[in-house]
Amino acid sequence: MPLNPLTRLTLSNGLLVLLKEIHTAPLISHWVWYRVGSRDERPGNTGASHWVEHMQFKGTPRYPGGVLDKEIARLGGVWNAFTYLDWTTYFETLPSDKIELALDLEADRMMNSLFDLKDFESERSVIIAERQGNENEPLFRLGEEIQAAAFRVHSYHHEVIGEMVDLERMQRDDLYHHYRTYYTPSNAILAIAGDFDTPEMIEKVRRFYEDLPAAPAPLHSTRPEPPQVGEHHIDLAGPGETTYIELSYHVPAANDPDFLPFVILDSLLTGPSSLNLFGGGISNKTSRLYRALVESELAVSVYGGLQATIDPFIYTIVAILHPNSAPEQLIAAIDAEIALLQNTPPDHTELARAVKQARATFAYGSESITNQAYWLGLAEMLASPTDENPGQWLEQYLPGLARVTPEDVQRLAKNYLRQSNRILGVYRPQAGNASNSQPIPPQGAV
Amino acid sequence: MSLHALPGPQDIHRSQLPNGVTILARPNLNSPSVVIHGYLEAGSLFDPSEKLGLAQFTSLALMRGSQRHSFQQIYDLLESTGASLGVSGATHTTGFSGRSLAEDLPLLLDLLKQVLRFPTFPAEHVERLRAQILTGLAIRAQDTGDMASLTFDEIVYQGHPYSRPDDGFPETVQAIQRDDLLAFHHKHYGPQGMLISIVGAVPPETAIEQVAALFGDWSNPSQSPQVDLPALEPLPHTVSRRLYIPQKAQADLVIGAAGPPRRSPDFLPALLGNNILGQFGMMGRIGERLREQAGLSYYASSSLGGGPGPGPWDVSAGVNPADLDQAIDLILDEIRRFTSQPVSEQELSDCQSNFTGSLPLSMESNAGVAYALLNMERYQLGMDYYLTYADRINAITRQQILDAAQRYLDVDRLAIVAAGELEESHE
Repeated sequence: MPLNPLTRLTLSNGLLVLLKEIHTAPLISHWVWYRVGSRDERPGNTGASHWVEHMQFKGTPRYPGGVLDKEIARLGGVWNAFTYLDWTTYFETLPSDKIELALDLEADRMMNSLFDLKDFESERSVIIAERQGNENEPLFRLGEEIQAAAFRVHSYHHEVIGEMVDLERMQRDDLYHHYRTYYTPSNAILAIAGDFDTPEMIEKVRRFYEDLPAAPAPLHSTRPEPPQVGEHHIDLAGPGETTYIELSYHVPAANDPDFLPFVILDSLLTGPSSLNLFGGGISNKTSRLYRALVESELAVSVYGGLQATIDPFIYTIVAILHPNSAPEQLIAAIDAEIALLQNTPPDHTELARAVKQARATFAYGSESITNQAYWLGLAEMLASPTDENPGQWLEQYLPGLARVTPEDVQRLAKNYLRQSNRILGVYRPQAGNASNSQPIPPQGAV
Repeated sequence: MSLHALPGPQDIHRSQLPNGVTILARPNLNSPSVVIHGYLEAGSLFDPSEKLGLAQFTSLALMRGSQRHSFQQIYDLLESTGASLGVSGATHTTGFSGRSLAEDLPLLLDLLKQVLRFPTFPAEHVERLRAQILTGLAIRAQDTGDMASLTFDEIVYQGHPYSRPDDGFPETVQAIQRDDLLAFHHKHYGPQGMLISIVGAVPPETAIEQVAALFGDWSNPSQSPQVDLPALEPLPHTVSRRLYIPQKAQADLVIGAAGPPRRSPDFLPALLGNNILGQFGMMGRIGERLREQAGLSYYASSSLGGGPGPGPWDVSAGVNPADLDQAIDLILDEIRRFTSQPVSEQELSDCQSNFTGSLPLSMESNAGVAYALLNMERYQLGMDYYLTYADRINAITRQQILDAAQRYLDVDRLAIVAAGELEESHE
């Protein structure tokens, strides 16, 4: 019997509620998840989900913009929101005796956000500034091109922040329509963890959320990406002296039986990823690619990114080239490591290590009540729609990792880490600009 | 122990070893993990100018091999157990932090001993690390935020050690030899002034005994005493500088001056004032003006460094180059208001309630508590600091905040630095 059982209930309007008591600190973390993300956007409204998220902080008739920022700060709490490929989520973490504010404000802004025209225009320039800040980073520019090349058909094609042209052209009513389509009780999940008594919390949840009107569930009609039949190449150039290399492979979705074995494969190749939004990860200096690339001075760093997504997404290996190396050498060394895994199953002890690493990062993440509430909602987002026990995505994560066999890992390396299944991106320094790219040491007079 | 208590004399265990090592420990049985935080008094203040970056280079090289373990052995021990350990040089100190499952604390502490006391600086790793550091500096040279901050420090701290970046410059990192690392370690690493805090699912007595067994016999008669910081002269007038970094969609802006040290009586008033200026809610008055009203920035906020010396007090923002002048005007306008009129009663009470109300959140994780313990000891705040924290915060007045603001921020004596696709200028 788990120490802190999970309570699930569905309100009459279709809102799914997940509650978990944790009495380690006088805090409660309250999350509302919506099944809407950049996957639900099409050319012309890319970036709408993220922009809606920004507008959700601009006020309702009852709580005008700025009022809640101050109120939550006064109470010593935090709030924020995230927009992702598959979902948008909002959270408040507050002292336990102040949590009603979170229930009240989230129920309110599920329906009543103003989307005032002046705020909408002001937020347009804020989001354009956010995008321009991203564009300053070579890895953002490279990643955006790779994602577009990987997804010709599926709406994972564009970055969550959206294309600049859509950010410039979208109109208030387009955005409001997006909000009203997806922000409904039956398209949302409420996840609350922390220092409360479950029957009392159920009463509060009903008081604030039960009267919200039900609405038809929105359609989620993404188009599956056809199999890639040959390697794609992206070549970018920019200022500076540093060469970045990204190799992206199409990989399984989070609820695919191959996903957990891929978590192990990722851990072996580039070190453990963690599911924590808050809480630490660990280093990757004994991973296969670190040894093969960094220890042999082909790269100065390497890491990997596997994301848990509803539809199949991409797994990305990122390396920063060593100044004395060449991209071709580095890519050849990565290919050699992948071939090794394709030809020889890994040792059992290497797998056991990956499982212990995952157990440790879970322990670190569980220190934060906010992170625990995040997990509740995330698991629900990733569960298969036909799953009879959706909470098990998280419960089964560690046991599932422990069941992965060396042959599974070998099979995945063969099936997914093929050249014809990848997008190879290189960001090179532009010729002739290395001379002025270093800072000038301090000068005497100012 | 009450689950909800803040750290205080009732549950913080403190021990000082005869050789100068101070140990702080507090139990937390709610999580199966443990965190360590600490430092040695070996920072970049000891770096010769021509070898700037030496303290940081040395700290990063520690984990590359010890008398007992090779680089791969060190990381194999850590990563096999899901533990982590890092050491990194800063201006005054070389800090370390690590975490593991509680059962692996002995392993973590033993590795800490090996790398701090018996590093071998293998030659091939020194060169590998140098290439990594130089790549980091090349990336820094393309980062508008990093370059604006670096230039800001050069202006505000002219003639003071704080003008120097801890990670050095390409030519100073190139000048560092392996012998320099050995010499730095020999002269500056030692138990005198070493501080370590341990928080997690380990009995405090056990944690203290383990540290004592591993570090109690450490002595280094050559360890240099800490150096005194020279006095810092305020800027005689406002200095503006723009740096050209090509092909950047956004420019980064830093405006400010030197602020009070952590132990100054001005520090807490300045900290509350800073919260009102550029943090409270959605980045305080600065966020309200630049982001909410003008829509110029995704981020625009202020920060106060504190620390043993006069750390920076600055406002920073990312803006489109075309909006730079407007952003500077708005920020200067807010600094002018902040230094000429007291904050409102409402602003002060909101901010006080934020400071006192957010303690449980900042103390929920082992890392948060370990960091708090370290600061209590480092700045001699007293073991009852968090128990009396609300009283201290609530005693601060609007006039104290205005006085602190006026002492450190003067619109006629600021550094104003922007980096991005801008026309280069000095004025």
